[in-house]
Amino acid sequence: MQSSGIQVLFEGANLSRLLGGLWVTLQIALISIAISAVLGVLFGIVMTSKSRVVRAVCRIYLEAVRIIPILVWLFIFYFGVTKALNIHLSGMFVSVLVFSLWGTAEMGDIVRGAVQSLPLHQREAGRAIGLTELQVYRYIIIPQAVRRLLPAAINLATRMIKTTSLVVIIGVVEVVKVGQQIIESNILNFPTASLWVYGLIFLLYFIICYPISLFSKRLETRWQS
Amino acid sequence: MAENKTILRISGLTKKYGDVTALEGIDLDIREGEVTVILGPSGCGKSTLLRCMNGLEKIAQGQIEFDGRVITAEGTKWPEIRQKIGMVFQSYELFPHMTILENILLGPLKVQKRERAEAQQQAETLLDRVGLLHRKDSYPRELSGGQKQRVAIVRALCMRPQLMLFDEVTAALDPEMVREVLDVMLELAKQGMTMAIVTHEMEFARAVADRIIFIDEGKITEISTPEEFFTHPKTERAQRFLNIFHFETDDFRKEV
Repeated sequence: MQSSGIQVLFEGANLSRLLGGLWVTLQIALISIAISAVLGVLFGIVMTSKSRVVRAVCRIYLEAVRIIPILVWLFIFYFGVTKALNIHLSGMFVSVLVFSLWGTAEMGDIVRGAVQSLPLHQREAGRAIGLTELQVYRYIIIPQAVRRLLPAAINLATRMIKTTSLVVIIGVVEVVKVGQQIIESNILNFPTASLWVYGLIFLLYFIICYPISLFSKRLETRWQS
Repeated sequence: MAENKTILRISGLTKKYGDVTALEGIDLDIREGEVTVILGPSGCGKSTLLRCMNGLEKIAQGQIEFDGRVITAEGTKWPEIRQKIGMVFQSYELFPHMTILENILLGPLKVQKRERAEAQQQAETLLDRVGLLHRKDSYPRELSGGQKQRVAIVRALCMRPQLMLFDEVTAALDPEMVREVLDVMLELAKQGMTMAIVTHEMEFARAVADRIIFIDEGKITEISTPEEFFTHPKTERAQRFLNIFHFETDDFRKEV
């Protein structure tokens, strides 16, 4: 009987190696998402500043992050900045740094949009009962903005998870890189290895991203009722 | 009526938006227990005047004293002042992500740091008085416009303000719901609440006001009792303004 080649996944330590790679992917993604969520909210609020200078600086940061590909940012920090400052940064550290810079910028823009979409009168109503500016944000602006930005924020989170596959180029061995290594060393014995390995990786990404979508859908329904 | 204590004194107030002067040289005293109704054509600055009273608008010149304190100086702690000056807006501005009770308790709990049990007791009493106690756990979107506005009034009252500002609070309402809101305000006036009201409801103004202030082009042109104002307005502009609200029977006959 001709073998389908699926055994390649269970050969030696292949499966645990893939899961190990997935753990690296997850670490980079989750740490960056957490940092981006917190800093993004602050950045988004700063972006609504009345000062034109502050707004311009925010804009430059945002556009720089958007225009320059993540790949290039990884190179800039891993090879450029480390050389210039004569320091050593691990690939893992640079990955989290670059993804956080990216996430904060994008999240900030999402937060800015949500905050600005709230009617001005909501702030005034808050002020009118004696809330301080900080309390107006804490109790009125942010809770309402979060409800509005959830779909876009979830979209950003899943994009960040998927884009972590770029970090191989600065030597971080994450799930896709592990997959390639396994394929290379098994291709002679299992000609269909790439199908199975990449198939599994597809499934792994799905298993991570889908619950996030589900979670956001549940939150949206709960907030609607 | 005996001269009551002046709670709010505005002197020489001027407000500008860029080069446009919205209010000019406004002098006005609001006395405790008095209901002041501010009338005037659209865009005359009456809402702006109300918004200056609790610092939602910055003024260019002049000063406002509240309870004997100048509140327009640099460094005024507005959150502190606003606890004592309640405001109700045209568009209700309930917080949509909170229940009715949470809306009402936000100020008492987070600003005044009162005990929950005591504040909730008061909130429920006030809700009951406007006939909405059974809706306390609803969300604002489940309420009609008139109900929302009554909740907004309760939200302001629950702070135990010394002065209430009403900014065209019935203007966005379906005509059938105007009455229920005005009744609440009449009731408040009867209980002696100090109120400054901007409105387009002339019958209501006449019924509720102790004094009518007429503003035209950013200036106070008349301060009268309602009786005087509605029967013998002092200026020609005020007369024309009042005429808008009267339909002469003859006008209709011609059309038919």
